[in-house]
Amino acid sequence: MTVNGETKSVSIDPRTSLLDALREYMGLTGSKKGCDHGQCGACTVLVDGRRINSCLTFAVMYQGQKVTTIEGLANGDQLHAVQQAFVKHDGFQCGYCTPGQICSAVAMLAEAKAGCASAVTADLAAANVTLTDEEIRERMSGNLCRCGAYPGIVEAIRSLAEA
Amino acid sequence: MSIIETTKLGLVGKGLDRLDGPFKVMGKARYSAEFPAKKITYAVGVGADIANGKIRSINTAGAEAAPGVIAVITHKNRPPLVDGKTFAGGGAQGELRMPLADNVINHAGQYIAVVVAESLECATYAAHLIKAVYIEEDPVVVFDDKRAQRYPAKQWFGEAVTKNRGEAQTALLASAVSVDNKYRTPTQSHNPMETHATMAVWEGDKLTVYDATQGLYNTRKALALSFSVPESNVRVVCKYIGGAFGCKGAMWPHVLLTTLAARAVNRPVKLVLTRAQMFTNVGHRAETEQRVALGATADGAIQAIIHHGTSHTAVDGEFVEVFTKATPMMYASPNLSVSQDLVKLNKQMPTFMRAPGETPGMFALESAMDELSSAVKIDPVDLRLINYAKRDPDSGHPFSSKSLIQCYKLGAEKIGWNKRSATPGSRKEGDWLLGLGMASATYPTVHFNSMCNGLLKADGTFLFTSSTHEMGTGTCTVMSQIGAGRLGVPVELVTFELGDTDLPMAPISGGSATVGSAVDGAAVEIQNALSKQLSESPLSPFSGVPQEKIVVSGGKFTVVGKSETLSYVDALKLLKLPSLEVKYQTHFNDKAKSFSMHSFGAHFVEVKVDQDLGTVRVTRVVSVMANGRIANEKTCRSQVHGGVIMGIGMALEEATLFDSRSGRVVNRSLGEYYVSVNADIPPIEVHFIAETDKEINSIGAKGIGEIGITGVAAAVANAVYNATGKRIRHLPITADKLFV
Ligand code: FES
Ligand code: FES
Repeated sequence: MTVNGETKSVSIDPRTSLLDALREYMGLTGSKKGCDHGQCGACTVLVDGRRINSCLTFAVMYQGQKVTTIEGLANGDQLHAVQQAFVKHDGFQCGYCTPGQICSAVAMLAEAKAGCASAVTADLAAANVTLTDEEIRERMSGNLCRCGAYPGIVEAIRSLAEA
Repeated sequence: MSIIETTKLGLVGKGLDRLDGPFKVMGKARYSAEFPAKKITYAVGVGADIANGKIRSINTAGAEAAPGVIAVITHKNRPPLVDGKTFAGGGAQGELRMPLADNVINHAGQYIAVVVAESLECATYAAHLIKAVYIEEDPVVVFDDKRAQRYPAKQWFGEAVTKNRGEAQTALLASAVSVDNKYRTPTQSHNPMETHATMAVWEGDKLTVYDATQGLYNTRKALALSFSVPESNVRVVCKYIGGAFGCKGAMWPHVLLTTLAARAVNRPVKLVLTRAQMFTNVGHRAETEQRVALGATADGAIQAIIHHGTSHTAVDGEFVEVFTKATPMMYASPNLSVSQDLVKLNKQMPTFMRAPGETPGMFALESAMDELSSAVKIDPVDLRLINYAKRDPDSGHPFSSKSLIQCYKLGAEKIGWNKRSATPGSRKEGDWLLGLGMASATYPTVHFNSMCNGLLKADGTFLFTSSTHEMGTGTCTVMSQIGAGRLGVPVELVTFELGDTDLPMAPISGGSATVGSAVDGAAVEIQNALSKQLSESPLSPFSGVPQEKIVVSGGKFTVVGKSETLSYVDALKLLKLPSLEVKYQTHFNDKAKSFSMHSFGAHFVEVKVDQDLGTVRVTRVVSVMANGRIANEKTCRSQVHGGVIMGIGMALEEATLFDSRSGRVVNRSLGEYYVSVNADIPPIEVHFIAETDKEINSIGAKGIGEIGITGVAAAVANAVYNATGKRIRHLPITADKLFV
């Protein structure tokens, strides 16, 4: 599979989740394991630009596909805009949920741009979504943060939605 | 912004971005499960299905025969371990029992085996093949079970739990107005996002352990003891902790199991707890049942405070959740009685969880204050002002600083307290009932001794080192700021390194204690060492000038009447020193004997409650904190946010539920133990009242990690009462309790 633009080939147990493949076999420990059950979002990665919980899926299912992890977002030392915003607005404390939050935010901004509705969108047929704070909170609620960095996360994403 | 207005004295440090922020957002920060090791193996712990009884037999044949399995360890073949000590007993262990010591089972989930295999998949699969047969006894997991052993809690960390002033019961009966009610808080689980993880690597009798811990030195000492090796042979490393909140303070059995397994298989072993194990194997906050009675005169002056109650402990050890800790200090009252009982249950040993004691205690006390305010018909803020304690009523000592009045006033102004109606249920918006509530917050300032080394390098940069911990508190950022502040140099020149027992000793990161004073002290040592040499060395322009006449200001050494000014690097060069290294150790602050040292604050909360469904939404929070000097406005604000958010979770959602028949935790996942999600959290305004506190420590700072959660649940419950007229005294405040 292609991870962050690099072709990776590992031979692993078919029971290995995509998350464990990244963390234990490819040395990409940026994606985190918080629950291993699809309940926390810490393991969020992007597959062809869409956010998924990498703990809930087997690595073998991604042969030949393009996976982007937190390690693949920055350009060298130049942080991705979402990463910059998280630092500026203190959108994290311990940092453990953060890679998942950031990957999730990157995909979420794209979803909103594409007009995808959420549970709190008033007009489901509208072509454009305005990312109000309520929309941001709703769309980021699949990513738990026990440190309670939510106010900073919302501020960070709002700063990008407004830009 | 109010924060800036009150900072003329420089009491609020710059909201500097976290220095380790870029590492964290790029996924480069290495947590304990993420260190590489050659020939690594994976361990999985197997937990007991029963909560009380014995293992009759355990069949490991299937697991041993499974592909990839290297070893299966149970109580039958466990290599010897020297007994350790509990945290409260001066050691590190969360519980006294050594893992796999025998066939006795005291709580569900207690380890009965550990499987080591070539891969995580193999170990996980094999763990399921282990079959134990038990001799089961009915577990005792509820307070009112007749079989439960109950006894008075006497002492906790050397402090008497029972306290009395005057004649509380007599004064209560004689009071014009009184309230007397029971409050209950459930067992709660810390659930940091990073589950506990340990990797042990033996090289001969040298041991390196990567462990998610808030207590590196404690862990090292405990491992050295249990494995009979000198402490100098053991290195414990923890560079980043993915949240802790107290559950990584003590050392839990998996650390011993991992280390033991690594020695047994003679290869590195990594063990990462599952989320389910986070509910049964790393402690929890004890359940409490509390009676609070308050008696007052008709004009609101409190005459009697009674705070009695019960919390649980494990059947084989003692942990006291001291919910009465703040009560004797909080309000002026001539008569007071506090005491606690313990009840032994078949649950794992409880442990410290964010603001242990104060969190459940302030829920009860501050709810009772709200009830008294209704009974005596005095506004809740006014009632607190009437009973304001100017000196600590418990010790009789003055407070080193206390700005609680300002907290009440600013909070009331910011939330719009004057909009609150004293009559519950009288504000409505469509289907929603609106309410406002408030509560006080407090947490003591804790001192532990610590060490820090300081190094001035030839290029003019500084390095401070201490083996403290980064668990989201922004430690390296704040410590760099403190060092730079004392030295008078830009923070860019200062680095702080932590997280390794190869560095100077730091205490457990708990009780909101930090190593700030040690860093400050090391910075002063650098200045003193250079001044001394500048005064003595013939190479120096200040040669012969008495040391005390050499002033350091703005990062420069000067002497009145002399034109030369020397920077740190100039001084090094002149003195022909390649670098300068100092060591510093803090000492117990004697002033703690004559001053009462606490942080104070106030939370103001607005809620709406659906009148048909009973859904509670917190819609606004204003928290005002008086915490001495605020070292970094940004990270401190985030700490308060985190406390408030955990407090909202405690108020509305969190409870670790035990099945009364099996004694097992029913909701062992993040899908069933609810913590606040982003959509649950409204805007939270945090304000700091800057305080100058000359007594507390050299930097004038108080801890901020815990106070944020104290009082929040009461403020929410009080707001719910204001919205609905229903007083919920049993957390969490769920819809069934509101509208059934
Ligand atoms: S680890 Fe995948 S959702 Fe929690
Ligand atoms: S930053 Fe710690 S869990 Fe989110």
